[in-house]
Amino acid sequence: MGTSRTTDLTVDQIVEIYRTMSVIRAFEDRLHGLAKSLPGAVHLYSGQEAVAAGVCAALAPDDYIASTHRGHGHAIAKGCDVEAMMKELHGRPDGICGGKGGSMHIADFDRGMLGANGLAGGGVPLACGAALTARQQGTGQVSVAFTGDGGANQGAVLESLVLARMLDLPVIFAIENNGYAQATPAAAHFSGTDMAQRAAGFGIPGAVVDGYDVIAVHAATAEAVRRARAGEGPTVLEFRAERFHGHMELWDDQSYRPDADPERLRTESDPLLLLRSRIAEGTVAGPAAFELDRIDRDATALVEAAVTAASEPFTADPRTLLDHVYTR
Amino acid sequence: MRTITYQQAIGEALAQQMRFDRSVVLMGEDSTNAWGPTKGLHLEFPDRVLDMPITEAAFVGAAVGAAATGLRPVVDLLFIDFATVAFDQIANQAAKLRYMAGGRISVPLVLRAMWGTGLRRGAQHSQALHPLFVHLPGLKVVAPSNPYDAKGLMAQALVDDDPVLFLEHKMLYFMPGGVPEEPYAIPFGSAKVVRPGTDCTVVAIGRMVSVALAAAEQLAAEGVQIEVIDPRTLSPLDTSTIYGSVERTGRLVVVDEAHPRCSLATDIAAQVAQDRFAALRGPVRMVTGPHAPVPFSPELEDAFAPGPDQVAEAVRATGLVKDAAVRSR
Ligand SMILES: Cc1ncc(C[n+]2csc(CCOP(=O)(O)OP(=O)(O)O)c2C)c(N)n1
Ligand SMILES: [Mg+2]
Repeated sequence: MGTSRTTDLTVDQIVEIYRTMSVIRAFEDRLHGLAKSLPGAVHLYSGQEAVAAGVCAALAPDDYIASTHRGHGHAIAKGCDVEAMMKELHGRPDGICGGKGGSMHIADFDRGMLGANGLAGGGVPLACGAALTARQQGTGQVSVAFTGDGGANQGAVLESLVLARMLDLPVIFAIENNGYAQATPAAAHFSGTDMAQRAAGFGIPGAVVDGYDVIAVHAATAEAVRRARAGEGPTVLEFRAERFHGHMELWDDQSYRPDADPERLRTESDPLLLLRSRIAEGTVAGPAAFELDRIDRDATALVEAAVTAASEPFTADPRTLLDHVYTR
Repeated sequence: MRTITYQQAIGEALAQQMRFDRSVVLMGEDSTNAWGPTKGLHLEFPDRVLDMPITEAAFVGAAVGAAATGLRPVVDLLFIDFATVAFDQIANQAAKLRYMAGGRISVPLVLRAMWGTGLRRGAQHSQALHPLFVHLPGLKVVAPSNPYDAKGLMAQALVDDDPVLFLEHKMLYFMPGGVPEEPYAIPFGSAKVVRPGTDCTVVAIGRMVSVALAAAEQLAAEGVQIEVIDPRTLSPLDTSTIYGSVERTGRLVVVDEAHPRCSLATDIAAQVAQDRFAALRGPVRMVTGPHAPVPFSPELEDAFAPGPDQVAEAVRATGLVKDAAVRSR
């Protein structure tokens, strides 16, 4: 499994990566609990922050990502506005999608975020399409298709591998293997050894990467981005990191996870703590611990302000129900 | 006016817009070896006619993603029957992306597909699946019945900012008709009165327009003048033209070769019954294919699709002729 001992990332870049992970953690852990009073399904990303943060740190602002039902982390890492996201989760007209999307459809094309998706694997072809636009227009943009270990079994995903290879699309398949699809362990649903092995069968280079190690995630993605921009086509990356919470809020019974000990995961497999310890031991150049503490406090405050703003009374005009079905 | 075929008319609309708009790309299987409307386009536009592997879910989805990020993809699904393997990408992604994003993006995509009975291709290559797609908000559905409309509606599809399903009836591909050389667009949601009449409104689509016109000749000999309306676009549907006609004739027959349940025929019949009940002077009649797959045997397939006799019978059974026998399906 790909890990990384050294990195060229600057201190400023490490600070930004840590900040992204910290905001995601604050956002998701705050939602745990708050979700009870929100409409709709909420799938939390805590534990997997290094994947979104590491991948998106290797992208330019105008590169694209297509996300999943567990999409808050991807959206934050791609630069979506945290307050507008929180408002969307409340169904507010001033939410990031005007309240029409909700948690599973957060999108912001201006930030290259093509949308979370309610269909497992459903966003993967969309990411290929954004890559096709980039290829046709010669813009040099790349596109990342996130999907889970469960979504990776979808026909649309496997077809997308064929399409991406045959058209040499500048797309990166980022498979987040968190060990489960709902309550089914990957061992019971994922055929073959891993996604890298599957990719080989499609003629696409692939790697399995430690998804807790943001440095390794970034390095693997940066190489895939280099290949994509150079016209060398797609790459498949499987990132391994378990989620801390259950599959979904209000359904977070984890009895199917016999060795799931959220406390143990949080002490032994926390991507933020891992980065902190790498900085502390000097293998990664980063800021002092008190600065990281301040980033954490700022992240909590940012999320708290978003919750406060989203909790303001509001009305959604039922007449807007019919807006945006068609352009005209 | 020059005469060309239905498929040439579609190809001409594509070529003219591709010369004008570099964002139009064609995607499909065998695109560079096409025999239909797109034949030869790869020679003029080698960078914009893209061959696809047999991966409908992936390439329809990719077309959606490409449309939302700056291209105007025109996807050839070949047969509408194959749309079902890409149904998630059409129904859940293409149709809803704009809505879910709060209107901040659009999906200017054209999905082309052959439809309908008559080519002896059996149950999986002969369907009329448009009701499935008309049902979906966010999609537009177009079904030209002649070369002139085919060119004008395709021209409109290529500048429309919403996903458009463009249905090409396979039995009309070699139909000749007068088509201007210069580009023109026919707005969506505007039906055409193909034959004016006073006694009964007959709404027909695709190949059924010529079937209705043949029935009109039969009925004229009996002194019955039907008004034949071709909606041209199924979504949006020009109900006002249909309503206006029913207000004058007081009678309605809907002709479509799709299956009868939850169909375009039931939809138009129900809308008229709900909104113009007072204008009706007899029962609304539907002439459709049966609730059965399309059979292979030529005799059986010919029995599947409505013909002029059935349309004429249905017109009489709107109360125009007492005791007319309605062939029940
Ligand atoms: C096509 C489809 N089938 C089933 C579901 C129901 N569903 C929602 S999430 C999920 C599990 C997805 O697992 P995975 O892709 O590993 O993502 P994770 O939840 O682990 O992040 C399922 C089956 C769905 N959303 N889409
Ligand atoms: Mg999973």
